[in-house]
Amino acid sequence: MSLLERLGYRLEQRPVPPGRVVFLVTVGAIVAALIVTGIIFSLFGVNPFYAYATIAERTLFNFRGFTEVVRKSIPLLLAGVGLVLAFRAQFWNIGAEGQILAGAVAATGLALFVPLPVWLMIPGMFLAGFLAGGLWGLVPAYLKVRLGVNEIITTLMLNYVALYIVRWLINGPWKGASATGFSYSDKFDRAIWLPTVGTTRLHWPTLLLGLVLALFVALLLSRMQLGFEIRMMGQSPEAARYAGVNFLRTTLILVLFSAGAAGLAGVGEVAGIHHRLIEPNSISLGYGYTAIIVALLARGSPLAAILSALFMGLVFASGDIMKVALRLPFQITGVINGLILMFVICAEPFLRYRLVRLSAEHRRGLNGRGVESAD
Amino acid sequence: MDFLDLLTSTSARALAFSTPLLWAALGEIYAERAGVVNLGVEGMMILGAVAGFIVGQTSGSPLLGLVLAAGVGGVAALVHAFIAVTLRANQYVSGLALTIFGLGLSGLLGREWVGQPLVNSMTFVTVPVLSEVPVLGPVLFTDQYLLTYAGLVAAALLWFVLHHTRLGMTLRTVGEAPVAADVAGINVMAVRYGAVAFGGVMAGIAGAYLSVAYRPSWGEGMTNGMGWIALAMAIFALWDPLRAVGAAFLFGAFFTLSFRLQNVFPPELLTLMPYVFTIVALTLVALGKGARSFGAPAALGQPYQRGER
Repeated sequence: MSLLERLGYRLEQRPVPPGRVVFLVTVGAIVAALIVTGIIFSLFGVNPFYAYATIAERTLFNFRGFTEVVRKSIPLLLAGVGLVLAFRAQFWNIGAEGQILAGAVAATGLALFVPLPVWLMIPGMFLAGFLAGGLWGLVPAYLKVRLGVNEIITTLMLNYVALYIVRWLINGPWKGASATGFSYSDKFDRAIWLPTVGTTRLHWPTLLLGLVLALFVALLLSRMQLGFEIRMMGQSPEAARYAGVNFLRTTLILVLFSAGAAGLAGVGEVAGIHHRLIEPNSISLGYGYTAIIVALLARGSPLAAILSALFMGLVFASGDIMKVALRLPFQITGVINGLILMFVICAEPFLRYRLVRLSAEHRRGLNGRGVESAD
Repeated sequence: MDFLDLLTSTSARALAFSTPLLWAALGEIYAERAGVVNLGVEGMMILGAVAGFIVGQTSGSPLLGLVLAAGVGGVAALVHAFIAVTLRANQYVSGLALTIFGLGLSGLLGREWVGQPLVNSMTFVTVPVLSEVPVLGPVLFTDQYLLTYAGLVAAALLWFVLHHTRLGMTLRTVGEAPVAADVAGINVMAVRYGAVAFGGVMAGIAGAYLSVAYRPSWGEGMTNGMGWIALAMAIFALWDPLRAVGAAFLFGAFFTLSFRLQNVFPPELLTLMPYVFTIVALTLVALGKGARSFGAPAALGQPYQRGER
């Protein structure tokens, strides 16, 4: 502090950072993470400039590559918007990964075992996935509000539970007739595959759902009574209690939406890409965990989550390119994810404080007193 | 006699399984007693596991691997301490970042070591004389790893330090009432740094136990959520090192017992039991204690800044 003052500056706390600053600080943090990643590239003997150029060329400036970026951002958007909602209420849902799998299981169950008319099948799968994902979140929500059980741990534990249930299903009761070696369920009937854009893997109905959901959550938070209650619960639980907010009801509803959104993402993955239930780590490549980064990058804004989901989709798509074109291990994407999150969190003080130049008078006063600090 | 055999062998295996949980939980208990939550336990554990294996494999000494793993865990924890204590940023996010980063980095570093058996792994130790004691002998003192014994000793020691020494008093004050601690001349920041780093060292050891002793090999994501279970155990044990021993053993026993049901249940459903049990255990603690007065350190998760309020 005193060193700053001798230079003629001081730190001042600011109540609400302007949007421009939030954006710049976030971008700055991402750039810092990419610089460190560049160093990792060099350690593997790959020129970082060449690496980034190759990645950009094959993702941003290539139609098929770009559709892959968007495709990978679909589950991140759905789960990420859900997490934005949950985090606004200070409900730390770390369980999107399991909620995605729950949605995938529900969609598969419907697709393989329930004889619905074909036109009802796709809406039915989304509804089932939404409900299954939502249910997966309701247990921790209830336990938190009623008993104060830490939701971070319970939602996370349920990720593992979901993972092993999927493994059990594809090895046991739902094991496909043609499955040898690898385990998976039977394939969905072609009539109920989600339509894609041209010959790409971009299943647009899920993308559309994600965009609609982002808009809806934005409206919910800014214009609706429920959204107001959610924000109040997050910002000042005491005030919310005095205002008569029903914590149990509000939390259950918001978590149903939050976890249900992740469930929708799971439906998209099985009905749009794999067309069967497969190994859980291949259904979701850690989308549920990365959605946490998407939500935090978006800093509470559902619309900003569209941007951050696209960006993290780009990171995922780069993983494939690193593996194929640059012969780098795909595990680097995990490191990039961690670095981004770490730098974003390190940048937080830049949002809370600003550097202010002291007045000329104050500076002279300080110099007059020499090295003595105000402390 | 048959039943007794079953009981002792199950207990012995439960003890071996509970060891990494105990080490990691003891570390987290100390960090949280100082008021800092570290959700990075899983990340620090897996970094410890990969570091322990690589060093153990290249040097041929599992002990050297263990020591390095402890160091790696400590350094990783310092990153969290910097973000949570110095920058006063969101502790939950910082810990999560550490876990995501640790899982990614360990996968990257361990890529070429997957599936190799460790050349020299830690060996079983049987304590002479004591292993002859009926019941307790076969459970506690026969064919266990040194780290299992050390974990039990560490728990007793940490319990004593926490409740009966000045250092423990200092630690608890920092976690319960940082302002009062500061007024009393305690360096709150330093204590918190120390406690978090200690938690990292313990998590690193827990990870290395898996890769150089319990399952002497390296596999991506081999901690499989154990770090998170350890976090739950800190709560389950009500932040008490001795209770942590009981909690860890209970988890281990439950896990081992569920594996005895192999003929009845498919293996995948058995594997998910510990995770369900964690949720049940946390719920039971909450039911028992009521939603309030958990016994959590009062300043848990709250950054401290001089001059605020």
